[in-house]
Amino acid sequence: MNPVPDIFRILPEVILTLSGVAVMLLDASLPPRWARRGLGWVAAIGTTLALWASLWQLSLPEGTGFSGTVETSAFTVFFHVLICGIVLVALLLSLDTLPEKSHHQGEFYALIVFGAVGMCLLTGAVELLLVFIALEISSIATYILTGYRKETARGPEAAIKYFLLGSFATGFLLYGIALIFGATGTTQIYEIAQLAPTAENHSLILAGMGLMLVGILFKVSAAPFHVWTPDVYEGAPSPVVALMSTAPKAAAFALLLRVVYEMLPSLRPVWEPLLWVVAVLSMTVGNLAALRQKNVKRMLAYSSIAHAGYLLAAFSGLATTTGFSASGIAAASFYTAAYAAMNVGIFAVITVASGYDEKLPLIDDFRGLIYRSPLLGSLLIFFLASLVGIPFTGGFLGKLTSFSAAVGGGAIWLVIIGLLNSGLAAAYYLRLALVAAQRPDGERPVAARPQVGVAVGAALLLAVAATLVLGFVPTGVLRAADAGAQTLQAPPAETVPGIALEQR
Amino acid sequence: MMAIDHSILTLILMVPLAGAVLVMLMPDRGKLPNWIALATALATFGLTLHLPAHFVTGQGGFQFEVSRLWIELSPDSAASGGIFYHVGVDGLSLWLVVLVGLLAPVGIVASWNTIQSRRKVFFALFLVQQTAMFGVFVSLDLILYYGFWELSLVPMAILIAMYGRKDGPRAALKFFLFTFIPSAPLLVAILWLYARTGSFDYRTLQTLIAHGNFPAYQMGWVALAFLFAFAVKVPVFPLHGWLADTFSEAPVALAMVVAGKLGLYSMLRFHIGLFPMQARVVAPVLVGLAVVGILYGACLALVQRDFWRLMAFAALSHLSLITLGIYGLTLTGWEGAVYQILNHGVVDGALFLLLGLLYDRYRTSEINTYGGLAAKLPRTATFFVIASLAMIGLPMLSGFVGEFLILLGTFTGVSKGWAIAATLGVILGAAYMLWLVQRLFFGPESALAASKPPGDLGAGQLAVLWPLAALMLAMGVAPMLWLRQIEDGVHISGTNASRAAQFVPLQSVMPIVSNGEGQR
Repeated sequence: MNPVPDIFRILPEVILTLSGVAVMLLDASLPPRWARRGLGWVAAIGTTLALWASLWQLSLPEGTGFSGTVETSAFTVFFHVLICGIVLVALLLSLDTLPEKSHHQGEFYALIVFGAVGMCLLTGAVELLLVFIALEISSIATYILTGYRKETARGPEAAIKYFLLGSFATGFLLYGIALIFGATGTTQIYEIAQLAPTAENHSLILAGMGLMLVGILFKVSAAPFHVWTPDVYEGAPSPVVALMSTAPKAAAFALLLRVVYEMLPSLRPVWEPLLWVVAVLSMTVGNLAALRQKNVKRMLAYSSIAHAGYLLAAFSGLATTTGFSASGIAAASFYTAAYAAMNVGIFAVITVASGYDEKLPLIDDFRGLIYRSPLLGSLLIFFLASLVGIPFTGGFLGKLTSFSAAVGGGAIWLVIIGLLNSGLAAAYYLRLALVAAQRPDGERPVAARPQVGVAVGAALLLAVAATLVLGFVPTGVLRAADAGAQTLQAPPAETVPGIALEQR
Repeated sequence: MMAIDHSILTLILMVPLAGAVLVMLMPDRGKLPNWIALATALATFGLTLHLPAHFVTGQGGFQFEVSRLWIELSPDSAASGGIFYHVGVDGLSLWLVVLVGLLAPVGIVASWNTIQSRRKVFFALFLVQQTAMFGVFVSLDLILYYGFWELSLVPMAILIAMYGRKDGPRAALKFFLFTFIPSAPLLVAILWLYARTGSFDYRTLQTLIAHGNFPAYQMGWVALAFLFAFAVKVPVFPLHGWLADTFSEAPVALAMVVAGKLGLYSMLRFHIGLFPMQARVVAPVLVGLAVVGILYGACLALVQRDFWRLMAFAALSHLSLITLGIYGLTLTGWEGAVYQILNHGVVDGALFLLLGLLYDRYRTSEINTYGGLAAKLPRTATFFVIASLAMIGLPMLSGFVGEFLILLGTFTGVSKGWAIAATLGVILGAAYMLWLVQRLFFGPESALAASKPPGDLGAGQLAVLWPLAALMLAMGVAPMLWLRQIEDGVHISGTNASRAAQFVPLQSVMPIVSNGEGQR
């Protein structure tokens, strides 16, 4: 069989990079007075092509390229499609909501696409140095996007905060990689998996794993590494929050799955209790703090911390792939998708209702939304219902698979804590839903009826469709997640060109 | 004919949903949403009547059954390992489905003039709620069941928040949390069963639990998780914290369906049905709580000044009586319990309709401000008295049969002391209801009654109330029409349970059907 050309292994990333470069070049060459809105469509088309390219990668034989640094498998395709989908929705959302005369629009779209390159690469990387590079590509793009609203005080503040804390976290990750390299003499994930159980310096590997986990858990905003989340979400523009609360997290979760299940399965007795504790902390801290919030975006920030906790519960599931009663990998992948669909959806609704300059920052400002705009009000309640975990939505099935995996792995208490937490969470989700369903009173100024344009309409439609599909007819996605889990199990059959192995 | 039998339950589930979509799509002009909703509800009711007409007694098991793989969770094993769309009815659930079908038009008529704004939202959510309730009664797959169970909370909470009388959002939040949080352990228990058995199917689990060697200690917790969720939903004393607020705030159409049915049915089907041994262990506790609930509810109902709250505590008392019938673990008690659920639905439907009309007319629920309405509203008074008498349990009316069967079952099967205490509660029930009637309708004409011109029930309300009154009479004089199917269901689940847990004594003291199935 002919070997697969290396370039095919990173085809989606190549397409995304090219479209990002095209956006930047066009931005620079267009006359300054021309509107930059069309550039958004260029980026959206590029993302769609990348999505197709990812699906096409399924037809490739599973394996690695570029000297064993990048992998394509059902697992990477699952996350590629997810990330490209999220980026597409975020782009569509920005198209209608960014102010017309903003002259940084071109950069905005380019940065979103470049961020997507990093995220996609992160899910496919099987070489820790490439992991680091991919993480940096995606992080730097998000740092800049966070501070996009330069005219407000909160925007740059959030960006600086995110940048400083994020750099620390990446530093932790890098140091962890260095320690693991010191212990095993390699940075290739499959080689580490083979060498780690017999490595002489066991404590070095443990320390390395711990530091790497800190870096990754920061990116998924799990407690106790979550403190940046509410401030950053509050300062960043809503379409960016829709993106950064889902896509980089999906990529980081993919990395976490790879690190714990594929790279260090032998250390399961160590990382499982750690993740157990982090899961419980995230759920509880996130929900308790969310209960007290008055600002919608801060509330949703804490809610996303809690959801990271529900997702981490799946890590107590077994690595075996005998279906969802036990498979933690498949359940975590599915939950990532379900969470992404509903969270992108709710931020889309908030973006449209509240606008670029956020006329409705507080929960009480949403009072009577269903009266002002029945469509947005109903959608808000729908996505909140999904976040609560009401049956026949993606949120319910996500929780079901995640907790089912945890029960299968024997973590009954984790599940009980998780479900009690979801009861707690229902209180604040429901508060927002009930406020939206209430009759508007005369005291508050009623904002103008929000306009739903074509692009935003498409974004909302995508999010609703995804949430419903994941709740009603999820068998296809479940199968895809399961197939991904299978491929994460063992190293691919073809031999990995190993430099380090020869050295030893 | 077979084709209809096969798809009838799916139709019953889908028609209200389709109606809800239609209501949302049509313009919110005049009473158009009301008419669409009414037509949908009547059509659905017609469909539910198909079930008793074609139900075969003495055959046992579930009928009108459909089972299709819905969500495949485990690609390896084709046999189980997934969530099934599995629905069916037996004698237990048959009439409950019809009851839900019947109450929908009643609720719509009760809301006809009450709901003035956002009619589309109200009626659409009302119909969704109906689907959820049907779903609970017909689901035979635990996840499907759980789905409908949770789904039933959402429209209810939103409607209470939107149409609450004084402080809707607070009552809605209380209702939602009270009923949502206990369902968390329920889901854990379902997942635990799945992790052990690889199945969510009701009958598979029933067989596996009856024959399988599950550790008794863990099964005890699993059964308790099921019971806890149901007990809050009923509610069983002391878990009734949400009831009074919900009754005072909920629109009447929802208040008449919110309490009782779902929880009580689930106790019979999923607690006793799946875990007979564990149910037997906790039954004495529940019998005690039920008797306390009967007396406590009745005493509190006596001292209420607000008629919604009075109805709430009356409901607590009546639902506790049904709980007593269920956890007495006698066949007679179970028959009485199911019959009493039906009676409670019909009578409460009528009473809430009438109280809702009074409230709309006089804008207050303070009992003491009323008085002397009988002269001005003679029809309202007449129907109210009939419904009250049925509720009290006057012989020849519907309330008597169920109450009698429950008390008889308790007396012979549990203990004479509990039966006597429960009977005391029934007497108190007569006291508060008759006193309510007296204070509302008789005595000197109050200033409130004088403040409005006479204006009695309209044609629409009469069209609902006459059939309900006739039904109360029919259920009182010819209970066999209903009991035949109920007995069928009760006997089959009874023999299953007794085989698994060696109930002693499990007896039927009313040899109504002499086919020997339950005569042991």
